[in-house]
Amino acid sequence: MSNIITPTRSDEFAKRLKKRYAAERRFKLAGLSAIVFSVGVLIFLLSSMTFNGISGFQRAELAVPINVAEAGIATNAEQLSLGSAVQGLQAQGLADVVQFAAVQSLGEEGAAELSTQAWRDVASDLIANPSLAQRSHTFNLPASADLAAGLNNEGSPELQVLADRLESDGVLSENFDFGFLQRSDATDPQLVGIWGALKGSILTMIVTLLMAFPIGVLAALYLEEYAPKNRWTDVIEVSINNLAAVPSIIFGLLGLAVFLWLFPNFRSAPLIGGMTLALMTMPVIVISGRNAIKAVPPSIRDGALAVGASPIQVVFHHVLPLALPGILTGTIIGMARALGETAPLLMIGMRAFVATPPDGFTAPATVLPVQIFLWSDEIDRGFVERTSAAIIVLLLFLLLMNGLAIYLRNKFEKTW
Amino acid sequence: MTVIHPNLKQTDAKMRASEVSVYYSDKKAIDEVSIDIPSEYVTAFIGPSGCGKSTFLRTLNRMNDTIPTARVEGLIELDGEDIYTSAMDVVQLRARVGMVFQKPNPFPKSIYDNIAYGPRIHGLAETKDDVDEVVERSLRRAGLWEEVKDRLADSGTALSGGQQQRLCIARAIAVDPEVILMDEPCSALDPIATAKIEELIADLSGRYAIVIVTHSMQQAARVSQRTAFFHLGKMVEYGKTSDIFTNPIEQRTQDYITGRYG
Repeated sequence: MSNIITPTRSDEFAKRLKKRYAAERRFKLAGLSAIVFSVGVLIFLLSSMTFNGISGFQRAELAVPINVAEAGIATNAEQLSLGSAVQGLQAQGLADVVQFAAVQSLGEEGAAELSTQAWRDVASDLIANPSLAQRSHTFNLPASADLAAGLNNEGSPELQVLADRLESDGVLSENFDFGFLQRSDATDPQLVGIWGALKGSILTMIVTLLMAFPIGVLAALYLEEYAPKNRWTDVIEVSINNLAAVPSIIFGLLGLAVFLWLFPNFRSAPLIGGMTLALMTMPVIVISGRNAIKAVPPSIRDGALAVGASPIQVVFHHVLPLALPGILTGTIIGMARALGETAPLLMIGMRAFVATPPDGFTAPATVLPVQIFLWSDEIDRGFVERTSAAIIVLLLFLLLMNGLAIYLRNKFEKTW
Repeated sequence: MTVIHPNLKQTDAKMRASEVSVYYSDKKAIDEVSIDIPSEYVTAFIGPSGCGKSTFLRTLNRMNDTIPTARVEGLIELDGEDIYTSAMDVVQLRARVGMVFQKPNPFPKSIYDNIAYGPRIHGLAETKDDVDEVVERSLRRAGLWEEVKDRLADSGTALSGGQQQRLCIARAIAVDPEVILMDEPCSALDPIATAKIEELIADLSGRYAIVIVTHSMQQAARVSQRTAFFHLGKMVEYGKTSDIFTNPIEQRTQDYITGRYG
């Protein structure tokens, strides 16, 4: 009688076993190389960005000693504390004083490469610390963009020579630019800052969160807990799933057509931007919220109902607290996507050149990704580093936001 | 039709079901069951899997309302009041008819909050002292006080399975119900924990009307004074537990308790 099934102690069986193990090893190796590849790409991305971005946080500055009081500019502490202090200093000819001092210390050639807006830095330093006006103080003032390029051995040869000479004299150097985090957009890469865009992003995200989170969670709760399962709820479910996959620029068009039609005066405002992004974020929150609510064990609902909790008490005392970590995860994903979104905001005018930080939800503003997009389009060489620096700020903001959400999620996570 | 054992003297019923049928969509899960549930005894529902005993139990405090396709016909009364009319508030009904489930399902909250939840939502205990008292009394009645009194703030889910089930019983009695329904309360527990629950049921009977669904005939014999045998959605036989187990009238009951099927 012939054996149809080979006994497990045969050579063929051992051979097949070997093959099976080899397949497993190959699969493991493939998985490992995929991980190594993605980690490598990530490291490359982060390091190149950090490397470029670090110089974006610095700027070429010229050291200019100025004795403001001696130059005949009246600067008492009281005057400097007024809101109009900058205009007051301008009227007294601070710009000329700065220019004259620069010619004295740097020579005609060097002074010509001082940024035309350098006197504003002097003014803000004086306002921050009025005692600087009473003696000779060396201010670090922004050089022109051309000289900054020269310092990096780029741009015209004459300026490269000048930059080398000023550097060896010890008056031209790359300094950390705290002002980058305080100023807003400008045409000169030496004078730009990220604060305007950062504040715009924060305001926009607040509007998005305040709109998308409650509406999304309420919609998810209603659909999961109260809505009857019929054709209408099926249609709603399919629509929500489709909405989550709609290209973001379509939401921008919607914002343009609906929100700007309703509020024509709020073009470029974080309010409109936030509302547009909320539309985009809501489906993500609804979908993840429904899944999280579905995952709450029915036994908990039964337990609560059996002691006589009303449906709304079941939802708010038991279902929602247990679903919250999952809902927050969805919210993080949605908000992170909204934070990095550019296209819909272009449609509602948030790509405008905004030189002052927005002072409210209805003031014209731009946001970080749009600012990055705008700077990457600039011709001036100095904007390359500034763009990288802005990307770093965006990523840090993203990390901060996600970190907060993960902290909240872990806080609400229940174990059983 | 149902055979009522001749030895059974029908006393005043706490709950009375008359010709109750339950449908899931079009499928009939319970077929015209009529039963009187006495207030002073433990009533056991026995029968093979899928015979509808749990379904019937869940109609007694309208837990079937949560299943959209379920439909109940017939009359179920609690102290003579129809529980399926709009005059009977379902929240109030469930406060009067508590339930303990097959799998222990404590809330993922502290032991204290598990017990205090019911009294709090019903406003039965206003002050902190009142709630403390209700918690202690309920835990004592459930025989859990000595084991957990030093860790009331710990999560209820950190207890062992048997302790969790006793916590659920304590949670049910914290709102001072009139009837407690138990749906196979020991099926997920080991023999020692089971013995403790059975002891507890004996302690609680008399104070509350208890209805227990069980797979185990021995358990029914041990804890109950009345037994109803269900088969294929029908109640086959109902009578004193001793009569059902020693002197069944129906052939199907006889076959089931002697282990021919089930």
